[in-house]
Amino acid sequence: MELILSIAIGVLATSGIWLLLRPRSFQVIVGLCLLSYAVNLFIFSMGRLTPGRPAIMPKGGFVDPTIYADPLPQALVLTAIVISFATTALFLVVLLASRGLTGTDHVDGKERDQS
Amino acid sequence: MSQHLIIAPILIPFIVGALMLLYDDRQRRAKFWLSMGSTVLQLLVAVALVLRAKAGGADGSGSIGFYLLGDWQAPFGIVLVIDRLSAMMLVLTSLLAIPSLIYASTNVSRQGPHYYSLFQFLLVGLNGAFLTGDLFNLFVFFEVLLAASYGLLLHGSGQLRVRAGMHYIAMNLTASLLFLIGVSLIYGVTGTLNMAHLANMISSIAPEDRSFLHAGVAILSVAFLVKAGSWPLSFWLPTAYMAGAAPVAAMFAIMTKVGVYSILRLTMLVFGPSAGASTGFGAGMLILLGLATVIFGLLGLLASQTLGRMAAHSVLISSGTVLAVTGFAVAGGGEALLAAALYYMIGSTLATSALFLLIEPMNRQDGGIAAMLALTADVYGVDDSEIDEVPDPGFSVPATMTVLGICFGLCLLVLAGMPPLPGFIGKVAMIQQLLQNNGLPPGLNWTLIGLLMLSGFATLVGLARIGIQTFWAQDDAPPRVLALEIIPIAVLLLVVGLMTVKAEATLRYTTSTASALHQTASYAYGVFATPRAADRETTKRRGASE
Repeated sequence: MELILSIAIGVLATSGIWLLLRPRSFQVIVGLCLLSYAVNLFIFSMGRLTPGRPAIMPKGGFVDPTIYADPLPQALVLTAIVISFATTALFLVVLLASRGLTGTDHVDGKERDQS
Repeated sequence: MSQHLIIAPILIPFIVGALMLLYDDRQRRAKFWLSMGSTVLQLLVAVALVLRAKAGGADGSGSIGFYLLGDWQAPFGIVLVIDRLSAMMLVLTSLLAIPSLIYASTNVSRQGPHYYSLFQFLLVGLNGAFLTGDLFNLFVFFEVLLAASYGLLLHGSGQLRVRAGMHYIAMNLTASLLFLIGVSLIYGVTGTLNMAHLANMISSIAPEDRSFLHAGVAILSVAFLVKAGSWPLSFWLPTAYMAGAAPVAAMFAIMTKVGVYSILRLTMLVFGPSAGASTGFGAGMLILLGLATVIFGLLGLLASQTLGRMAAHSVLISSGTVLAVTGFAVAGGGEALLAAALYYMIGSTLATSALFLLIEPMNRQDGGIAAMLALTADVYGVDDSEIDEVPDPGFSVPATMTVLGICFGLCLLVLAGMPPLPGFIGKVAMIQQLLQNNGLPPGLNWTLIGLLMLSGFATLVGLARIGIQTFWAQDDAPPRVLALEIIPIAVLLLVVGLMTVKAEATLRYTTSTASALHQTASYAYGVFATPRAADRETTKRRGASE
């Protein structure tokens, strides 16, 4: 499982970084999305990968913490997802505004000379 | 009750900002006074916090206040921490915010919706970032301040702003992802996000895990360095700062300092003298990057054609200097050096902020405002009937150019480090410390001394060139400048003047700030000694019943 997760994070991050460096603003935003997926999976994996263990402990009585997963990284992932979702939405608006104002989807607002 | 004062700098702008969202922009005057009230209140709270941080402590080193959010015991909940450094940054933030607000009330706030709310949310983020003692909470406050800054940068729209804004947002989103990677790596190794807890654990980390921790902190620092405008990560900064409206850029002058503050706080706490095998980690890199930033800033300043670009590059020089000195401090360069750098940082931040406010009045030609308003009106589809009431005829200051020229000259003196203003005092104090034997390679000390001199010289040449063009070689009629645009600049320069007159007191404050930063124990253990409010209640009740 560690191997699969590492490969998944790696593939997502690689594609994300490649797209982030592309000149079209839509590619940049998709790249940022992919990169944030990779990062979210990475945060999740920092709580150690443990199958079959819930992250929520029952209330009251004696609780054996070893049979539960670390809930903190899962909470962090949730926060990170919400924040990156919001900022990506904002970026999308700016992208559309730039497209409307400049008439091109190049990140610099103008096409590079093809000479 | 008084312990709740610590959270006030976050709550006040948050409540006021949210309240103002309920009303649309027809209530602009009320909104201005509301946000003015909120900002003045923040200044008062910040001053009270400084006084408290200064007063307490058995050995006179000042006390550190802790605030347990949600009343959770320290490593499990989020803590807010107020010590001398964060109290100082809070005061600096509200000192910049008040002039910026006054300036914005003239016309900038009219260029788009919800300027005042965004401004208050920026203050929430800034104050929160200075107060928090938890890494993930720091991330959240960074996002708050960034989200508000995106809105403020794009405020008024226009092609230049949208283009610069897109680069700025893309850059900062990527930096935020790096921030998350760094934080989660640190959590994966140590199992804590509390900075004080981290400082406690650092010396007892297993050797095989240590490299992971270093990698985590390094990746985290890249995110801070992007904010601080450190050299290879700062090419977006001049364009973005130049594109923003004047009061926005004036406020952004402190955004680089948030990055510098976070690096200073984290490295001093985690890689300080008590860090075992990790002591001094990253110091060399910080020095190198800081010096490179100063060089980049001074070259950029000499190469710039417009005042906006020059001001942005002088931001880089200022933050580069403080970054380099942070590196020196981590490497064991001494408390007095760091104290001088903190003093220099306050002075130069105030001066760059004033310079950003000066740009627009200085370059204003006839019809400048009218053209700008026509442009924004076009973008927002405002009717002509509404525009008529917008250009306030105002009060035209006589001998406008003289006043502007004096303000510009004072800014120049601070930034170039000429006597008698704080730039000079800070630089002399730094050079004095560097000349003394501080145990670091003398070549490094001399490089920093040389760059301090050189950057001052470059600032002098660059800004004097612009000043001559604007004030002496100008044939046109002097621009019309509103009194409301001069007052904020005068306020900022007044604070700079106050710093000069009260130089000894300010330096004494920064000196004990620096020495408190070197003694991490009271921060690292104080958090755990803070009793929960519930426990305090029970003890009190028990005491009363007995």
